[in-house]
Amino acid sequence: MRKLALSDEILLKVEKPARYIGNEVNSVMKDKEKVDIRFAMCFPDVYEIGMSHLGIQILYDMFNRREDVWCERVYSPWTDLDKIMREEKIPLFALESQDPIKEFDFLGITLQYEMCYTNILQILDLSQIPLFAKDRSEEDPIVIGGGPCAVNPEPIADFFDLFYVGEGETQYDALLEAYKENRRCGGSRKDFLQMAAKIEGIYVPQFYDAVYNEDGTLKSFVPNDPHAKEKIRRQVVVDMDKVSYPTKPVVPFIKVTQDRVVLEVMRGCIRGCRFCQAGMIYRPTREKNLETLKKYASEMLKSTGHEEISLSSLSSSDFSELKGIVTYLIDEFKGKGINISLPSLRIDAFSLDVMSKVQDIRKSSLTFAPEAGSQRMRNVINKGLTEEMILEGAGKAFEGGWNKVKLYFMLGLPTETEEDMKEIPRLADKVARRYYEIPKDKRNGKCQITFSTSFFIPKPFTPFQWAKMYTMDEYIHRAHVVNQEMKEQLNRKSLKYNWHEADVTVLEGVFARGDRRTSKVLLEAYRLGCLFDSWSEQFDNKKWMQAFENTGTDIAFYTMRERGKKELFPWDFIDAGVTKSFLYREWERAMRGEVTPNCREKCSACGAMCYEGGVCFEGKN
Amino acid sequence: MKARIKFRKYGVMKYIGHLDVMRYFQKAMRRAEIPIAFTQGFSPHMIMSFANPLGVGLTSDGEYFDIELKEPISSEDAVRQLNEAMVDGMEVVSFVQIPDEKKATGMAIIEAADYLSIPKKEGILFSNEDLASFLSQTEILVLKQTKKSEKEVNIRPWIHKMEMRGNDIFMQVSAGSAANLKPELVIKSLLHFLCKKETETDFYYHRIENYARLEDGKLIPLDGLGTKIEG
Ligand code: SF4
Repeated sequence: MRKLALSDEILLKVEKPARYIGNEVNSVMKDKEKVDIRFAMCFPDVYEIGMSHLGIQILYDMFNRREDVWCERVYSPWTDLDKIMREEKIPLFALESQDPIKEFDFLGITLQYEMCYTNILQILDLSQIPLFAKDRSEEDPIVIGGGPCAVNPEPIADFFDLFYVGEGETQYDALLEAYKENRRCGGSRKDFLQMAAKIEGIYVPQFYDAVYNEDGTLKSFVPNDPHAKEKIRRQVVVDMDKVSYPTKPVVPFIKVTQDRVVLEVMRGCIRGCRFCQAGMIYRPTREKNLETLKKYASEMLKSTGHEEISLSSLSSSDFSELKGIVTYLIDEFKGKGINISLPSLRIDAFSLDVMSKVQDIRKSSLTFAPEAGSQRMRNVINKGLTEEMILEGAGKAFEGGWNKVKLYFMLGLPTETEEDMKEIPRLADKVARRYYEIPKDKRNGKCQITFSTSFFIPKPFTPFQWAKMYTMDEYIHRAHVVNQEMKEQLNRKSLKYNWHEADVTVLEGVFARGDRRTSKVLLEAYRLGCLFDSWSEQFDNKKWMQAFENTGTDIAFYTMRERGKKELFPWDFIDAGVTKSFLYREWERAMRGEVTPNCREKCSACGAMCYEGGVCFEGKN
Repeated sequence: MKARIKFRKYGVMKYIGHLDVMRYFQKAMRRAEIPIAFTQGFSPHMIMSFANPLGVGLTSDGEYFDIELKEPISSEDAVRQLNEAMVDGMEVVSFVQIPDEKKATGMAIIEAADYLSIPKKEGILFSNEDLASFLSQTEILVLKQTKKSEKEVNIRPWIHKMEMRGNDIFMQVSAGSAANLKPELVIKSLLHFLCKKETETDFYYHRIENYARLEDGKLIPLDGLGTKIEG
C-alpha cells in the first residue's frame, strides 16, 4: 500500500481528505524506476474544479500512453491544508505517487482563467520551487504553462520556463523527446530550453526582451537568443479523428463539478461572436466522426460507471452529426438508467423532442444566450440570434409544457447605450408575455424568466481586443439601470435578475490584456495573502488594490484605454491563426454595426485556413 | 431477488465518507455489470441500501449493503466481477441472496458490531484487569450530543464485551437503530476512568463485523442470513 504524504492526523482534520489521497478508479500507477520522465499535471484550483476539466484528462491519458512517461495530478490544496503545509513545511505532492513535485522532471500548469494566477504561485511555493524561472536550478522541474490563457502568457511569463501555446496533442512528443535527448547528452537546463525554443508552439519567455514606449505601451518584443523564434504559432489538431481520447478517465470519489462522462464532439465554432476568445482561437471548426463518438461513449460509460453523459463543444447545434449522436445516446443508454445531459441547443422541433425525452419538463429550463438586449447591440457583437428567434423558440417550448427560461447577457459591451441596457429586461419581459399568450387552462402555472448579466471583458485575439473597459462604479451603475428597468416591466413578478461581481471583472480585464510588468502585481497580491480569487468568499478586492498601489501599477492603463490601430500588443508575437488585420476589420465592422456571416455561410478569410483543415475545407475535397 | 454484499474497507479508503462510498458502489455496479434493479419513474436510481454507515477515519472488515437484482447472477461471478472493478482498499468478500421480505434488510436488523481500538503509538498499555474494572461499573455515564441538546446516557448496557487482543482493545457493542454505540465514546470513557492522559484520537478504530440477532438470541454476521447463489 502507498504511503500518503499527509499524516492521519492532518487528513482527519482537513475538509474532504479525499482531495489528497489519489487512488481513484482509472488513476494511473507506474513504477517510477521504470520511466524516464515524471510529469506533474496541475490545475491550479481545488480538486473538484480541476478534476472536472476535460483538457487535463486528455493530456493525462496521452502522456500515460507512453511507457517512458508517468504523468500524475496535482491540484491546489484548499486553504485549510495550505495553512498546515506552510506551518509544517510539507512539500506539495502528486496524488498518484504522493512524491514531492520538486522531484519531478516537469510541472505542467493549465491556465484556464486569469483569476487562478495567484494559485500558480501557491503551487510553486508549496512545491518549494523558486517562483521566478530565472532563479531555478538544474534540480528544479521545468515549469510549463498551457491552456487558453497561454495566448497571452505575459502577466505570468516570469514564473514559467516555457509555455506550450495551443492544443496539446501536436507537439508534446517532440518536447519530451528533446528532454530525453538533452539528458542523454548531459545537457543543462538552458540547453533544454534552447532545444525547446525551436519546437513549434513552444515559447520560452526568458529568450525575449520587451521594451516599452514612454506612454507605457509596448515598443518592441524581440528574441534575445538565436534559438528563439520570432513568432510562436498556436498549435491546432488538424484531424480530430487521429488524436487519442481518454476512454478511461479518472473517476473521483467525491462529487466534483463535472461528475459525468464528457464527450467532446468538435473543437472550434463557426459563429464568430466578436467578444468570444474561444470562438476565435479554436478556429477552424473541426468535427469528430460519428462512429468514433459512439465507440467512445460506450467505452467511457463502461470504464467509469458514470450514470450521466454530456456532450462538449462551443456550439453544439452547429455540429453536423448532432442528431445522430443524441439519438444514439438516447436509444442505447436511456433504458439503462443513464442520464443524457444535453448542451444548450437552438430550440427547434428536434431539440424539443429530445429534451422532452431526457428531461423532466416541469423541472428543467430552456437556455438562451442573446448576450445583448437590443438588436443593434447584437449586431455589434455579431451574435446571430434575433428577438424573433428567441420568442419563437420560447413559444414552441411553452406550448410543449416548459415554463422556465434562463437568459444570459453581457453588460459593458463596446458602444453600449442606456437604451441597450434597458432592452435586456424588456426582452425578458417579452418572453414572459409570450408565455401568458397561451390560454390559461393550457399553461403550467406562472413562468419563471431568470436573466443574468456578466460584465464584458475584452480578450486578446478577439475583434474587441482594442476596446476600453469601464470602472467598477460604472459597471455597478449599469446593473442598476437594468434592475430599475426590470421593475417597470409588466411581468416583473415573473422575472428574476442576477448580476455578477464588478470588482473581479476589472482585475480579470487587467490580466487578460496585461504585459510582463503586471507580474509584479500578482506577486505582491500573493504576498498579501490573495488566493483562490475565483471563489467569491475568498476574493479580497482591498488586498488587490493594495497590490496595485504598492507596485505603482495603474489599472486604468490596462482597462480604460481604447487601443489604437497601430499599437503593438504584448501577445502579438503569437500567431493564433486569425490575423490581426482580420480582427481589426471585424472591430471596424462592429463599430458600424455590420454582421459578418459564419464560416459555413461565407468564409471571411480570417487566417485560420493556414492550418489546412476543418470547416475551411468542408465540401471542398 | 435481493442480494447482500459484504465488503472490506481499508488503507486510504478510510478517508472516503459514507455518501461517497455509496456513490462509489453505484458506479462500481455499472463497471462490474451487476444486473441491479432500478426504481421506476423519470429519474430511476439503483435499489441499494447500506447498513450501519462507517465514519470517516475507520477501517472495516465487515461492511454491508443490500441490492435488488433484476436477474440472477451467481455469487462467484458477482464477487469476481466486483473485485475487478474495485480500487485498492476496497474488497468484496461475499455476495449472497437474502429473503425478499422488507424486514430482512436495512439498519433495523443490526444488533451489534465488533471493533478493535489500536493505539497509534507504542506505550499505551492496558490490561484485561483494567477492562474488567471498567466494566464492573453499574453505570457508565457519558454526555451524548443530539441535534438539539446534550444529555447524559448510561452506555454500560450497550457494551457487551471488552478484552485485550495483544495491545489492541477488542469490544463488542450495540449497533443499529435501537442503540448505536461508537467505539470512540467507549475509549473516551475508559481513558477517563483510568485517569490516562491520552485521548480517544490516539487510537485507530477498525470495525470487524456487523451482527443481526437470530430468534434464539444468538448473534450472526449479516451475510450469515443469506445463501450462496449458484451459477
Ligand atoms: S478561414 Fe474562413 S472558413 Fe476558415 S475559420 Fe476562417 S472564416 Fe472560417
